[in-house]
Order: sequence, then structure tokens, then C-alpha cells
Amino acid sequence: MVSCLFCGPKLAACGIVISIWGVIMLAMLGIFFTTHSAVLIEDVPFKEEDMHNDQEPPHSIYKLYNQVGYNCFIAAGIYVLVAALSFCQIKLNHRKEYMVR
Amino acid sequence: MDSFFRSEEMCLVQLFFQTESAHNCINELGHLGLVQFKDLNPGTVAFQRRFVKEVKKCEEMERILRFLENEVVKSNIPIPADFTSETIPVPRDVLDLESRFDKLEQELKEINSNRDTLRQNFTQLMEINHLLFVAGVIKHERFPAFEKILWRLFHGNFVLRHAEIKPHEEENMAEDPVKKDVFVVFVQGDQIRGKIRKLCDGFHASMYPCPNNAYARKEMRTNANTRIEDLRLVLKRTEEFRETTLTAAAANLQEWTSKVKKMKAIYYTLNLCNIDITQKLIVAEIWCPVSDLNSVHTALIHGSEQSGSSLSPVVNRIQTQQTPPTFNRVNSFTTGFQSIIDAYGVGNYQEINPAPYTMVTFPFLFAVMFGDCGHGLVMTLLALWLILHQEHFRKLKNELIDMLVDGRYIIFLMGLFSIYTGLIYNDCFSKSFNVFGSSWSVRPMFHPHGPNDTLHDSGHLHLDPLVSGVYSGNPYPFGVDPIWNIASNKLSFLNSYKMKMSVIMGVAHMLFGVTLSLVNYIFFRNLKDVALQFIPEVIFMLSLFGYLIFLILYKWCVVMKSESAPSILLLFINMMLFDYSSEGTVLYRTQKPVQIFLVVVAVLMVPWLLFAKPLLLYRKHKYHTLEFLSSHCRNMADIFVYQGIHTIEYCLGCISNTASYLRLWALSLAHAELSEVLWKMVLQVALRVTSGMGSVLLAVTFAAFAVLTVTILLVMEGLSAFLHALRLHWVEFQNKFYKGSGYKFTPLSFDRMRDMQ
Repeated sequence: MVSCLFCGPKLAACGIVISIWGVIMLAMLGIFFTTHSAVLIEDVPFKEEDMHNDQEPPHSIYKLYNQVGYNCFIAAGIYVLVAALSFCQIKLNHRKEYMVR
Repeated sequence: MDSFFRSEEMCLVQLFFQTESAHNCINELGHLGLVQFKDLNPGTVAFQRRFVKEVKKCEEMERILRFLENEVVKSNIPIPADFTSETIPVPRDVLDLESRFDKLEQELKEINSNRDTLRQNFTQLMEINHLLFVAGVIKHERFPAFEKILWRLFHGNFVLRHAEIKPHEEENMAEDPVKKDVFVVFVQGDQIRGKIRKLCDGFHASMYPCPNNAYARKEMRTNANTRIEDLRLVLKRTEEFRETTLTAAAANLQEWTSKVKKMKAIYYTLNLCNIDITQKLIVAEIWCPVSDLNSVHTALIHGSEQSGSSLSPVVNRIQTQQTPPTFNRVNSFTTGFQSIIDAYGVGNYQEINPAPYTMVTFPFLFAVMFGDCGHGLVMTLLALWLILHQEHFRKLKNELIDMLVDGRYIIFLMGLFSIYTGLIYNDCFSKSFNVFGSSWSVRPMFHPHGPNDTLHDSGHLHLDPLVSGVYSGNPYPFGVDPIWNIASNKLSFLNSYKMKMSVIMGVAHMLFGVTLSLVNYIFFRNLKDVALQFIPEVIFMLSLFGYLIFLILYKWCVVMKSESAPSILLLFINMMLFDYSSEGTVLYRTQKPVQIFLVVVAVLMVPWLLFAKPLLLYRKHKYHTLEFLSSHCRNMADIFVYQGIHTIEYCLGCISNTASYLRLWALSLAHAELSEVLWKMVLQVALRVTSGMGSVLLAVTFAAFAVLTVTILLVMEGLSAFLHALRLHWVEFQNKFYKGSGYKFTPLSFDRMRDMQ
């Protein structure tokens, strides 16, 4: 592994800030979707058939809610990876500064 | 101790100290940083002052120090930080440092010039190494054409030298003496040699390999090589010597710079003082806060002890009619707020200081316009990061970042208050929290005996609170009910609420400003003005706008059917026009006589404001003409005009300023709408994708959402709300009580000089 360093200190700092924000916010969004919060109704992609052809009324909508919630959780997981990557970049940047001196 | 509510009490003090102890005393005062020297020689020009030569010497030394610093930085030598800051510069230090600096400058200039010459020689020799040349003879008349073609071919990348051959008698064997030139062409590169050869053939110029020169050329080359090696060595030694000199200089650079700065400040201060006839005593006049007189005295005694003089300096407080400077003692938290007040106008001496109230009202008004708890949280975290790492940010020496760091506590408070107003507006990244359970319920509209059986006819369901069960009767405990977030008439409800709230806050803020003017009048023992200005102003504002607030609050508290509720705007307009003809336009029974009374009272206040004070002054003027002429030699017309302007400004200003507070509504609406658009257009697009790659798309889209939130909603909207909240303070709040025409206290302070560099 010759040089795993591909971004400077500023980009890595931005990366870690956005990843931490993303993890927290997407995890909370995921929780709110899986608890079927009514305020988020417009973010759920339901169609007319889901409402009319439903055997037990709210369950198909709830299933859609859960799907969006799981998407949010997976995206939060992606951001955990990005956070770890940015953290490594920051450590490598610090080491490079010390070695040059 | 009310030192922050109004500016501190200052006193004018005369100082007498001996000339020998002058430097030490002023140095001590500079370190104390509490004393402003008055200029006792205001008529003299800069080059007429007594210590002008010394100031010039200090400036020359500063120039040399700057030159040294440039050289040190160019050679990438680190400058160690200076921790010995308490050394006292004495006059003989000046001469010593001066000679040292001159010597250093000479040395460095010599080293630099030597190095430049050596470098030049070096490059010359390297060039000669790379050069090839061609020699030959050509007919004289052909030479110019030869030169021209050479130019065209090589674009000037050659050196041509020619000389006429003076013909000797013996050589003239040919029929006609043909004039010939000998030429030498220096070029780079082997290919070019071939071209020149062809060119010479074309011009019938004969080329000679110069056999002697071949050997000489080789010798020349070895010569050049040895010289290059020598030069390299010499250059290395020069560089090393330069570096040692510079490092030695760099070790003391900070100390010298601060010393020279201090000396220059001391000489500048001495220029402001008076030296008496015997040349032994220096007289200075200073402005100093009364509470700090003791520390000034101790500092002076300390200074005179250090200089070894026998007499201690004399401190003599004198009375004066001049206005002292305004001094507000601030710490690192309050300095931000004080500076935004001072940016508009420094307060008059001992006038009430709006800064302590601004510390709460400014972030609050900002938050009313910003109102989003998610954005508020991000802003608070950003401010926390600035506060914790402020040293690191100050080292970057960027103007924008310096401004942000200076305002870090303001931004922190703005963020905290925005979280609070965001919870009240129930708005977090444009979504609401449902913490307590909404007070509205949809099911009772259908079941068991609701009016609607089906929604197939219209796209909107009208939740009617008169149907039992739809509205639980208990309002949502804290903030706006979350059902409004998904209601289609959300904006009609929120607009009405925010507009009325803005008017209430505006009138409250302005009443507070008028009350502060009362405090000012009482402090300055100006009880006349209390009756002549404060009382009519307050009654005018309360009778009109206080009544408006009463109407708003009454209408909010009383239950009525919304179709038949009278509009407050129309009520207010009809009140001013005395129009009571339309039916059912009363909120409460005795509305008509109350309103007529209030309008009449308000109208009566206008002539009271307009005429009472000038007429009283006129009467005083007539009865005490002799004493008055000396001190109040003003035209009576001026007084009437001034009072007229003030009255018009106040009365019309009440109306326009109350309307101006509606910007609290406008900006909060803009912020909420921008936030909603950002969610709907950016994040919702990714949330609605439920297929396989939905989560990856969501991750990417979230990054875009975050960047746009920070740039548009935090930076742009934040700056905008900051500006408008500041304007509301500067204009609408402060023109009720603040005069703001004082001058700021600028003490001699070495710490401030060091921070400013």
C-alpha cells in the first residue's frame, strides 16, 4: 500500500463532519419511518392501488414505511463506512505532517 | 456596580513625573492598559514635536526588522515565539539596538549581493558548458544576408560575432581585394550545427574547425568545470553563513519587534505631553476610569522605583467641562455584543448602554426569523467548535475567519435560541415532531356520526372542530400542533399567527426602548424632560399600539365562529377614521367609547410633544434674558424646528417601525419555505425510491442535501436574519432612547498593539 492518502486534510475533515451528520440524521429518520410517523407520509411512495386493494387496511402502507426505513438504515451504514475512511485519511495526513518535519 | 449598564465614570488626571523615570512610568501604564493620554500640544504638526527624531529612529528600526523578517521567512527558517515580554526598553537600549540593526542590515545586504554575483557567475559557467560554436570566414557583402537568414532560422537562439579582416600587403595576391569578415556563431544543439553548415555552404562561407581552438576548447571546458566546482563550494559556504546569521537574528526577532514597537509608542506618547521649562519635569493629562485610579498610582510608583529616581510621580485629579470618552468594561463574552452596538454609534458619556439587553434580544430576534431546531442545532455545534478551537483559528490570519471567531459567542447564542424557537414553531428540517400527541383527530369526521361518508368527491378533507371529537379541546402543550405540518392551509394559519406575533414583539421592544429613555432622564436629573417628552411618547404609543396588542390578545383568547369574527385590521382602520357604521364589527360591548377616547388622547399628545418644551424654554428665555444670552444664545426658531422634527419622527416612526417589525414574519416564512423546498426537491426524491439501489442513492443525495443546507439555509439565511435583527436593533429600538455621539476610550495598551499586528 504505497499511498492510501487521496485527499487533503480539509476534504477529510468535511468528509467526517458530513458522515457523522449523515449517520445521526439517517438513523433517526430510519427510526421515525419504522415507527410509521404520520408527518412523513409524503415521503412514502404509495400509489392508489395500495390504498384500495388492501386486505388489511394500513398494512401495505406500513410495509412501504418499513421499506423506506430500512433504506435509511442502510444509507446510515454506508455513512459509517465513509466516516471510518475519512478518519483514516485524517490520521494519515497527521502522520505525513510529522514525518515531513 | 452598574458598570456595564452605562459607561464608566471617567476623570481627568494630571501626572507629573521626572524625565528620567518617564520611560519606565509610561511603560508601566502601557502594560496596565487603562489610561488614555490627551494631546497637550494640539497645534503642533508632526515634525515639530519634541521627540520626532526618536520616532523616526524607531520607524527606521522597524523597517530593518521587517526586512530581516522577510529574509528569514524566504529562507524557511522558523521564528521561535517570544516569551520574554516584560523587558523594559530604556533610552540607551535605543542606541544599542540601532547599531546592532544597522550592522545586521549591512551584513545581510553584503551577503545577499555576494551570493547574487556568485550565482550569476555560476549560471554563466554552466551556460558556457552547454554551448557549441562554429567558426568561419565569409565575404563581407554577404554577411548581412547571412545574419538575416540566421535570425529567421533560429529565431534569435544564437550569438553571432563578426569582425573585418584587415588585409595585409603580402596576402593581397588576388586580383581584387575582396573584403572578408571572420565570424563565430554560438548555438545550442548538434542538429543546428548541420543546418549552419548547409547555410554556410549556400553563402559560400568557408568553415574552419579551428584546430588550435579544438585543443583550447577542450582546455577551456576543463577549466570551466573546475571553476564550476569551486564556485559550487563557495556558494554552499555563503548559504551556510547566511543561514547561521539569519537563525541567530531570528531567535531575537520577536523580542526586538515588540521592544521597538513599545519604544515607538512611548515616544509617541511623550510627544503628547508637555515638558516644562527646567527640562526636568514632564506633565501629562490622562483620561482614566475613577475606579482604576489606585492601580494607575501604584503603576507609576513602580515605574519610578525601577528607574531609580528619588521622587515619586504626582497624580492630581482635576475638574473639567470637556466630555470624557466612553469606556465600557468588557470581557471576552460581552465584547462581541458591545462591538456590534459600537459599530453604529459609540454611546454618549454615561448614557445607558444597550449592550446587556442586546445579549438576549438580538439572538432572540434572530431566532424568530430563523426558527428551525435542526438548523439551530448545527449552528450551535459549529459555534461550539469555534469556541473550543479559537486559538487554532486565530493563527490562520484570514479576515473572514477572524470575524467569525470574534462573533463566536453571538453565533452560539443565536443557535441556542434558534433551537428554542424551532421547538415552538415545531420545525426541524421542515418536519414536525409529534411528542405529546396531536389535539386533532381525523377519524371522528367519518365515524361514528361524522358528516363525510366518502372522500371521492373532493381532494381535501375539511376538519371541522365543531364536530365532536375532531378537536380534543386541549391545545397542544408546547408549540404548534404537528398536524399543521401536513395541512394544506398551513400557511394561512401560520402567517396570521406570525404576523400578529411580530407586531406584539415589535411594540414590546419599542416600549422597552422608550422606558430606557426614562432611565436616562432620571440619571441625568432631567426631570423636566420626563414630563415633557417621556410621558406623551408613552401615552401615544400605548393608546394606539398598546390597544392594537390588546385587540390581538383578546381575539386570541375569546372563542368565536371564524366566519363572523371581525378582522383586526379593519377594526383598527375604522377606529382611526371614526367609522362605526358597519354591522357586527365589535369584539366587545364597550368598544366604541373606549376607542374614541383612545384616539382623542393620542391626538392630544401630538401638540403636547410639539409645543410644550419649546414654549417653556421661550418663557425662560424671556424672563432671564441676560443670563440666558450667554449660555443659550440659540435662535428660538431653531428650538421649535428641532422639536417639530423630533415629534414627527417619533409619531410617524411609531407606525412605520411597527410595520418594520413585520420582517420577523417575512423572514421566518422565507426560511420555512426554503427548508421545505430543499426537503421536497432533494431528499424526498431519494426517499421515494424503494428499489434496490435506493439506499445508495439516498446516501449520495443526503450529502447534497447537507451541503445545500449549510450554504443556503445556514450561511445565506443566517447572514440575512443577522442583518435584519441588527437593523431592528440599530434603528427601531435605539432611536427611541440612544444618542450615540460619544467617542471611544482608546487607552495606551501594549496588549492591544500586540493583538492588532
